[in-house]
Amino acid sequence: MSKLLKDKDRFLSIVLITPSILAVLIFIYGFIGWSVRVSLSKWKGLNPDYSWNGLANYINLFYDPRFAVDVRNTVIFTGVFVIGTVLLGFFLAVMLDQGLKGEGFFRSLFLFPMAISYIVTGVVWRWLMNPATGSRTSGLNLLFSYLHLDFLQNAWHTTPKWGMAAIALAAIWQMSGYTMALYLAGLRAIPIELREAAQIDGANEFQIYRHIMIPLLAPVTLSALIILGHMSLKVFDLIVAVAGKQLPLDVPAIYMWQTTFDGLFYGRGAAISILLLISVAVLIIPYIWYTLHTETEQ
Amino acid sequence: MKKLSWILFSLLAIVAIALTACGPKAEEPAQPAATEAPAQPAATEAPAQPAAGGKQVEVFSWWTGGGEAAGLEAMIKVFKAKYPDIEFINAAVAGGAGTNARAVLASRLQAGDPPDSWQGHAGQELIGTYVAGNQIQPLNDLYESEGWLEVMPETLIPLISDNGNIYSVPVNIHRANVLWYNPKILADNNIAVPTTIDEWLAAMETLKGAGVQPLALGEQWTKMHLLETVLLGTLGPDAYNGLWTGTTDWGSPEVKVALDNYAKILTYANSDSASLSWQDAAQLVVNGDAAFNVMGDWAEGYFRELGKTPETDYGWAPVPGSVGVFQFLSDSFVLAVGAPDPEAAVAWLKIAGSKEGQEAFNPVKGSICARTDCDKALFGVYLQSAMDDWASNIVVGSLTHGVVANDSWKSEIDTALGLFIQNGDVDAFQSALVAACKASGPCK
Repeated sequence: MSKLLKDKDRFLSIVLITPSILAVLIFIYGFIGWSVRVSLSKWKGLNPDYSWNGLANYINLFYDPRFAVDVRNTVIFTGVFVIGTVLLGFFLAVMLDQGLKGEGFFRSLFLFPMAISYIVTGVVWRWLMNPATGSRTSGLNLLFSYLHLDFLQNAWHTTPKWGMAAIALAAIWQMSGYTMALYLAGLRAIPIELREAAQIDGANEFQIYRHIMIPLLAPVTLSALIILGHMSLKVFDLIVAVAGKQLPLDVPAIYMWQTTFDGLFYGRGAAISILLLISVAVLIIPYIWYTLHTETEQ
Repeated sequence: MKKLSWILFSLLAIVAIALTACGPKAEEPAQPAATEAPAQPAATEAPAQPAAGGKQVEVFSWWTGGGEAAGLEAMIKVFKAKYPDIEFINAAVAGGAGTNARAVLASRLQAGDPPDSWQGHAGQELIGTYVAGNQIQPLNDLYESEGWLEVMPETLIPLISDNGNIYSVPVNIHRANVLWYNPKILADNNIAVPTTIDEWLAAMETLKGAGVQPLALGEQWTKMHLLETVLLGTLGPDAYNGLWTGTTDWGSPEVKVALDNYAKILTYANSDSASLSWQDAAQLVVNGDAAFNVMGDWAEGYFRELGKTPETDYGWAPVPGSVGVFQFLSDSFVLAVGAPDPEAAVAWLKIAGSKEGQEAFNPVKGSICARTDCDKALFGVYLQSAMDDWASNIVVGSLTHGVVANDSWKSEIDTALGLFIQNGDVDAFQSALVAACKASGPCK
């Protein structure tokens, strides 16, 4: 009887899960496969053209000066954004962990930017980071001039070569609250005895963080790095909202959009999107594997 | 009993999920039906969308706001008065300069579900994309039966044709090669309106010396707009046209001169150009913050919105070097291959090309008629001067606004330009332009 029930349960669960598996297979893996096929084709223009092109689309991207700009920009953005967000998020979490009054208020305050979409953040920061000079100065530059901090005025995202770092500032503002929440949860999970034991051993605050807290928070840091890292590889809307589609702030996602839908280079666009997918997968898959692995061990 | 109802509930849930998952699929059979519609127009369309009389025309555009939407409404009114039995479906998709609309249109066409007629920039943007994709029909018969060849400039027709076939009906005309200037700044610095590139460069040098911002410039597409006018101003209309037909060599020393001119002109532009929209840049001129701005004549409508007076707050001239040449762009409508209701679509095109339709649309939109016989009294002082030029000048097409180059070519030029703005390397820019013409243009 119980075996029958078990079989029935198993049958039922398979039936129940089938539609979503099918949907995922078709709408995610099916389309990934289709994109791979398009990326190996000569498709240019409105009508599909699947004639075989080998790896030419990929090879051309390697020699494409615009794609080189994209890669460089992505590296700058990822570096500034991930490091900035993790450091700021950790700092905020440590501050909040000191048991200050009104912690709930500050926690929500720092978390709120995350509730805003990148488009809104982008529009606001577009105003703040206005690079105009002279009588048209506005935004943060104007604030700096009121505060007599004129040396801080700069061209923000229009800075040659390093403009991307300014865009990362807006992203840091948006996501550091999220990393703060991650770290805060991590900090709260560390047993107070460890800290007390260290204090009895004569460790000062800095040593406690350096040798106890930060190593114990390593899993949190890893999660944060992965989540932020894959977000920054895919960044698109924030940049478009701040600066539109302009080459100095180009990233692979924008190139993909423009070349596919404005230029009708479907083959090249598909190749860019596959490269994007691979770069994200390189980051995510080992992480998922690692998490599943450690979870099953526990 | 309980178990039974649980199983029933689960089954129901499965069916529901399966149905949702299949949703997009289930609709598909409807679309091939729409493509086959021209064989028996009214009959197949009627059951899908019941409408009085069954005749309807779906017109796709990106005119969703401001003067454009109001102008479209005015033209629809003319259409309804003339064809009361055809239902007009306004399938407008919002988004600047149609980038969103064109992505939507592309997916509709790929799904075999074309609207009857859609808006597109006249010229290669339409021809390169939709004629090459066999999506639109030639309209020569319509041009002849409506007598449009007599009322539209002779030099316009080749620019909107491919192999002798005319593919779209231009509704409005904008001019791209307009130099807007601040008359007071020029008077204060004793500068006459420049008519050649060299005069212009000298004028800007003087202004720079006087501490005035010589040129207002905006984000990347406005730089491409400036580039096309400088190419025209340096090369002249014939060689400029040759760039797009393959008779002028992109690698030639003449083009190099044009690109050098362009590089020089860029040095007089504001440093924050990348963060300015075309409105922000144009506004600098009427506000007295900059002397010159090159922008299409939609800027004039914007100046009026700002409450500025023509000839006192802003002046205009052809971009230096292009006197007597009208570099145009135009919104135009096409006839879809496989239009669900081709008769109704042709009725719409007749209105779009008519004097009545164009006189309803253009004064509201702030552009001039593609026809040369519109009533001048309906238009303001700037547009009247543009109408004179339209009827008398040599007409050449705009690059940025889709007349002379197909989408692929234009996007390659845009990339080359973006890299040039970043690194300032004229030689690399020129060889990228040569490569772009070979890859996506007529060059061999």
